[in-house]
Amino acid sequence: MDYEAVIGLETHVQLKTKSKMWCGCANQFGAPPNSNVCPVCLGLPGVLPVANEEALQLTVLTGLLLHCEIPPFAKFDRKNYFYPDMPKNYQITQYDKPSARNGWLDFEFAGGLSRVRITRAHLEEDVGKNLHFDRHSAVDFNRAGVPLLEIVSEPDLTSAAMAYDYLNALKEILIYGGVSDADMEKGMVRCDVNVSVRPRGATELGRKIEIKNMNSFSGVRRALEFEIPRQMDVLDKGGRLSQETRRWDDAAGVTETMRSKEMAHDYRYFPDPDLMPFAPSPPWLELVARRVVELPLAKKQRLMRDFQLPPSDAQTFVSDPPLADYFQSLARQTNNPKALANWVINNLRARLAETQTTLADLKFQPAHLLELMALVESKKISSSIAQQVFAEMFADGESPGQIVDTKGLAQVSDTGAIEAFCDQAIAANPGPAADFKSGKLAALNFLKGQVMKLSKGKANPGLVGAILERKLKR
Amino acid sequence: MMLNQLTTWQLAAKLARREASARQAMLDCLDQIQRVDGRLHAFLSYDAADAMAQAGQADQALASGAADKPLLGVPIAIKDVIAVRGQPLSCASKILGNFVSPFSATVIEKLREAGAVVFGRLNMDEFAMGSSTENSAFGATRNPWDLSRIPGGSSGGSAAAVAADECLAALGSDTGGSIRQPAALCGCVGLKPTYGRVSRYGLVAFASSLDQIGPLTKDVRDAALLLAAISGQDPRDSTSVPQPVPDYASGLNGDIKGLKIGLAREYMIGGLDPQVSAAVQAAVKQLEKLGAHIVEISLPHTQYAVAAYYIIATAEASANLARFDGIRYGARVEGADPIELYSKTRGAGFGPEVKRRVILGTYVLSSGYYDAYYLRAQKVRTLIRRDFLEAFAHVDAIATPTTPTAAFRVGEKSGDPLQMYLSDIFTISCNLTGICGVSVPCGFTENPKLPIGLQLLGKPFGEETILKLAHAYEQSANWHKEKPPPSL
Repeated sequence: MDYEAVIGLETHVQLKTKSKMWCGCANQFGAPPNSNVCPVCLGLPGVLPVANEEALQLTVLTGLLLHCEIPPFAKFDRKNYFYPDMPKNYQITQYDKPSARNGWLDFEFAGGLSRVRITRAHLEEDVGKNLHFDRHSAVDFNRAGVPLLEIVSEPDLTSAAMAYDYLNALKEILIYGGVSDADMEKGMVRCDVNVSVRPRGATELGRKIEIKNMNSFSGVRRALEFEIPRQMDVLDKGGRLSQETRRWDDAAGVTETMRSKEMAHDYRYFPDPDLMPFAPSPPWLELVARRVVELPLAKKQRLMRDFQLPPSDAQTFVSDPPLADYFQSLARQTNNPKALANWVINNLRARLAETQTTLADLKFQPAHLLELMALVESKKISSSIAQQVFAEMFADGESPGQIVDTKGLAQVSDTGAIEAFCDQAIAANPGPAADFKSGKLAALNFLKGQVMKLSKGKANPGLVGAILERKLKR
Repeated sequence: MMLNQLTTWQLAAKLARREASARQAMLDCLDQIQRVDGRLHAFLSYDAADAMAQAGQADQALASGAADKPLLGVPIAIKDVIAVRGQPLSCASKILGNFVSPFSATVIEKLREAGAVVFGRLNMDEFAMGSSTENSAFGATRNPWDLSRIPGGSSGGSAAAVAADECLAALGSDTGGSIRQPAALCGCVGLKPTYGRVSRYGLVAFASSLDQIGPLTKDVRDAALLLAAISGQDPRDSTSVPQPVPDYASGLNGDIKGLKIGLAREYMIGGLDPQVSAAVQAAVKQLEKLGAHIVEISLPHTQYAVAAYYIIATAEASANLARFDGIRYGARVEGADPIELYSKTRGAGFGPEVKRRVILGTYVLSSGYYDAYYLRAQKVRTLIRRDFLEAFAHVDAIATPTTPTAAFRVGEKSGDPLQMYLSDIFTISCNLTGICGVSVPCGFTENPKLPIGLQLLGKPFGEETILKLAHAYEQSANWHKEKPPPSL
């Protein structure tokens, strides 16, 4: 029996705000336990929540970046259940009237473009962190009350690899929008997976199984790579799957049933009477709309189209916005943007990484890079010399023209001079010369190398090759 | 006359004229507490040293001519449901253990800004659930007019303390009548502001959409002064309203000519104690003599108000009280796992009435019942609110008895279901609809002599009108000058 997988993802993303969702405590990873807490986020008697304006904006902004409808009326609800990491024993969330819904996300997958529909995105608060010791447990409430955006996809994903690419695309959009740093290692992104299998082409969905406890996007992929075959195997053997929640064990590489020590999930949702509905006004929506940025995919396509860049170069720029800005500011001033891209990616980026500096620290002027390219194009210097010049530019900030003149690096294209070097090299290396004449073509490279050495690298390599060949073939 | 027997405006005047000191006023209150609270049990605790220190500071301010603080040096006591930094906060429950609040409610900060001496933790029904103070985990408060009787609730301690001159005024909270009813039963003035008028930040929540903090005072002018001091939008309370705060006391000029007072036909169904009925009717006649017009109105959805109230209030309470679990603060009973810890802690810490309401509230929100109960009750609530707003298009205030009877004896709840219904119906619609209401003394029963209250309900942010009416009546009837028996 041929089965297909049907996968939906619920991604929880911590919003990049200075303070928590309902109080002024700092939204800050890594602080000492219970140092970013106050009566409100501890659920002390008598406290009330007050909405974080930036979190509201980032929520709607995310909705816009994901092409969602922003309904004119949304509200906050209480989700009631007891657990030590939840100070009020209810979580303030959005149940049936979320702030964004019915959107989509386009991303590259398997050599083409895929679209996953976004069911909804809603705003809620994060809970504290449970820590377990030998004989007791403790709770750190620093994280309690941090604004969380839950982004729910339709079950449009069909494979582990596709889920992985979707998550990375979503992360990139969130970073681009300034919505979240989406660093899964710092707990800024969490993902629950809903997966079922059904006979290929069937329309009815199979039993939906939820998987929790993945710590990375590749963990999500691994979990699906295990779970999908597992489900298919059960069905193949004539077994039945029941709707359940399973826990991914990354070390063992398996999912296992979670013992249901969780209470029955009747959350008794009702509208939170401490908060006003969230009904954004047109001027407010305008404000948020102005924060919408070009999406990574659109940017990549535009760079490829406008500057004739290959996908890999465009992707590099998309993943490094400051570099992209640098490139784009110069690209309009050259008729060879691909060459510029090579310099920026292969040389500039590499150098910056080596020296652990940033574009802000650059010593040379942007125009110098164009100048360097012009020197190569006019054959004033060879491309290998150009590498040297670049290194000097980067180190000292001098213009390339200055460097070439001071160090006498101009390419030698004077055929007379090259002929002389060639004669010298042939005379000094009779063996290789004879080898070439008797058919060992590789010997030419050795002789070329010798000529370059004699000319201190300045001979025009193309001319050297041609002249040597001519002389040797005589 | 001892200073504790004065009203706040009388004391403020004496203090301003340097005829008395704030310290002496506070000492007189403490003396009275010493004398009577052993039998009255209005106070759960109080910090005499702290109170005297505040009074001392007030005297210093008075000496340096600080004339602009309206409540400077006035001792005001607080229901133990409102957070005061550094003071115990028990809500008359065992579950809070030895909890001391690390912050003060906004109303407390406002009272302090107005110069008041804020002291004491007043007894109440546990978590404000009840109407007699018998549900306190620490024993019932007694009615100063008859110690065998209840003072009402849930702000029973507040009403008793004010009536017995243990303080000059008090703050209480009102979710279904918990300021107005005890005020009526103890013969003082009690006002529930319009929802959103006064910040709820620092009020331990019972029912978030119904709760308001309000004053219990010896006369209407004091209620106006306190209301002005504690009102105003608070950025820490998203449900507080940016309505400007008028000088409520300035409208108390006795002129109520032409104001229209509605009497709801749905409230006149019999079942009232005849003496209560007579006193309220006489009060309404008096208001007519003073120039008000009496108009019959209809509130057609009255019969559904009690059901809607008990569903909404308990639902919200079930969530609001979930935080009391012994994990972060309060009394904890250990368990082998969190669930056991929760059930043991809450089992031991909550009293029976609180448990009843939490269970009921959980039920009406539960899957399969939400639509039939909670959702429906909220819709009915809208209909009830419309009734009132429609009525207020024709009248300026609505008059009712505050309670159907005078105070009953401790341990003796009324067995008459009609009376039980009436005891809720007069007050809860005010909370359901968010409008304002004040209870003012309008007489006494005979043998025993027990206070009777007249309630005036006003439209949203219509406190000025009901205070004006209440004040005019009060000044013409003088019930407020009566005090509980000296044998107290």
